[in-house]
Amino acid sequence: MYGIYNFVTGPLVWASFAIFIFGSIYRLVSMYTLAKKKDAVSLAYMDWKFSFRSIFNWLIPFKALGWKMNPVLTVVTYVFHICLLATPILLSAHIIMIEESWGVSWWSLSDSTADVMTILVIAACAFFAGRRLYQKDVRFLTTGQDWLILTIAALPFITGFLAYHQLFNYQVLIIAHVLAGNIMIAAIPFTRISHMLFAVFTRAYIGSEFGGIRKAKDW
Amino acid sequence: MGIQDRLIEDVGLREGVSRLTEDKIQKTVNAVFQGETGARLKAYAEICLRCGMCTEACHFYLSHDKDPTYAPAAKVKQTIGTLLANGGRVSPDQIYNMAQIAYSECNLCRRCVHFCPVGIDTAYMMITMRRICHKLGVTPQYIQDTAHSHSATFNQMWVKDDEWTDTLQWQEEEARDEFPDLRIPLDKEGADVYYSVIAPEPKFRTQLIYQAAAILHTAKIDWTMPAEPGWDNSDMCMFTGDFEMMGRLKRKHFESAQKLKVKRIVMGECGHAFRSIYDVGNRWAGWKHYPVPVVHSVEFFWELLTQGKIKLVSKYPGPVTLQDPCNIVRGRGLGDKLREVIRILVDGEIVETASNREHNLCCSAGGGVINCGPPFKNARVAACKAKADQLRATGVKTIIAPCHNCHGGLDDTVHKYELGMEIKFLGDIIYQCMERPEA
Ligand code: SF4
Ligand code: SF4
Repeated sequence: MYGIYNFVTGPLVWASFAIFIFGSIYRLVSMYTLAKKKDAVSLAYMDWKFSFRSIFNWLIPFKALGWKMNPVLTVVTYVFHICLLATPILLSAHIIMIEESWGVSWWSLSDSTADVMTILVIAACAFFAGRRLYQKDVRFLTTGQDWLILTIAALPFITGFLAYHQLFNYQVLIIAHVLAGNIMIAAIPFTRISHMLFAVFTRAYIGSEFGGIRKAKDW
Repeated sequence: MGIQDRLIEDVGLREGVSRLTEDKIQKTVNAVFQGETGARLKAYAEICLRCGMCTEACHFYLSHDKDPTYAPAAKVKQTIGTLLANGGRVSPDQIYNMAQIAYSECNLCRRCVHFCPVGIDTAYMMITMRRICHKLGVTPQYIQDTAHSHSATFNQMWVKDDEWTDTLQWQEEEARDEFPDLRIPLDKEGADVYYSVIAPEPKFRTQLIYQAAAILHTAKIDWTMPAEPGWDNSDMCMFTGDFEMMGRLKRKHFESAQKLKVKRIVMGECGHAFRSIYDVGNRWAGWKHYPVPVVHSVEFFWELLTQGKIKLVSKYPGPVTLQDPCNIVRGRGLGDKLREVIRILVDGEIVETASNREHNLCCSAGGGVINCGPPFKNARVAACKAKADQLRATGVKTIIAPCHNCHGGLDDTVHKYELGMEIKFLGDIIYQCMERPEA
């Protein structure tokens, strides 16, 4: 058991971060190369000012028409993304591990806050799953990929929650948790989670088109 | 529910698919994917989160009892999405379904862009689908006829060269009863304004040419119209997916203006032609922006009215509401100017529809949908129900719509939903209310 633990928290972490970093660079570079080759009529209109204008306005909750028209989804989406990113980075258990091996540390959340945020992520995933099952338009759109990324996102939190509360077998759960986290990191460039890499560019592009050519806002 | 249950018989689509095989389809689809699309399509297809945020954007969805198959992302899934998932190999019947969705169930109005958090442009996916259909020879008959006309005559209504100049002379003569020294100057080199129209004007809306001439004459503008092809600024080829012809049309239009060394082009009250000139056709023809300055008549009228070149003897009785044409408002930010012009012209309030300016609902006629003709008319008007509800809720009797497509679409809509409203171009109102120097 200890051997497996050492493996998943050691070499596997290195591997998944390597896949994430090099995979992301590969995806971004090849996408950019493709854009340069085939989308000159789109690239020509990219504009820093309008790109940031669009990104900025879409970051504000309830600002864009889409957010306004989907209020519940908006709240859940923001809570989900904030907790999904902040919890693992600011979790004291994670920071201690990093401090032990690298000697660096930073501010951490209290364990009870992190616990609540974990529950929020799991609840948000349940909400998303519910929409995929019961909301007609979303059900029509849903594909296997969508279930896959939902599972990938939920698992580290479910296992982390169970492990933290020492429910079931701690040792098995903690290994499952580290494994799930690794999968999530490695999956970013190669699943629909890649929206993390590309959405900023698609947003910037449409912002540039609307700002520069269509002289209208896009939110 | 679903495209299968709402198929519309169209001879252009039917004959088109009858000539197809799966091999042929696959070859063409992949030629377009590999030859003409790139990172944009790839990124859109990959990162669409299937979240359904865009669903509520689309008037097709809103007007059809929230049928999920009309949602923007659902339309992508049933067209480009299916082609990508199958490596381009689908049956001819599937192409028929996809063509119906792309040509008649999306107005390319881009309202859904305002709903999508990752900025996916569904209209781009639909126009790419149309491009594939065009290359497969599967296009609705009526709109294809206008595209053929473009190829043969450089105008969309088969107007012959002598018919064009005859019509202008006829309108000039008519107008001279009212304005004795009015001219419609043809081919005048170096004029300040080159006035361009869409071909339906000389074909069956000649009073619009009359009105425009009356306004330009009254405002003492140094203007001209070309005697030769290039005068039609419309562009049905942009909507059928015939991009080669779209590029030729735009080049002809701009070159005809360049040949006359005019200062700028003023376009009549049309939306799609404007889109073709500033956004789509110019790009294909290789111009980042347009090579000759172009203004839409909303901007032009604004100048005439604010600079006192046109004075009013009366104001048009309000209150009124207005239809923001997608291509000039969401497409080109003319919403404020349009309202300023209306405020000058109208005595009374502007009662806004619930969705307005860049968030407006489309008239359901744009994007070439009305041009797909009678087979698709009932479906098109049915998709305008959400719009009709918003118009009815304003409680006013006049709709101002500075776009030909909006006009046509709303005409049918007002009739079908018994709204009892009348629809006006800005030119109608200016012509009616302006001070006539000679009078
Ligand atoms: S009709 Fe307009 S809102 Fe509907 S899918 Fe097409 S572009 Fe989007
Ligand atoms: S809102 Fe955007 S990401 Fe969501 S389903 Fe629609 S197109 Fe896809």
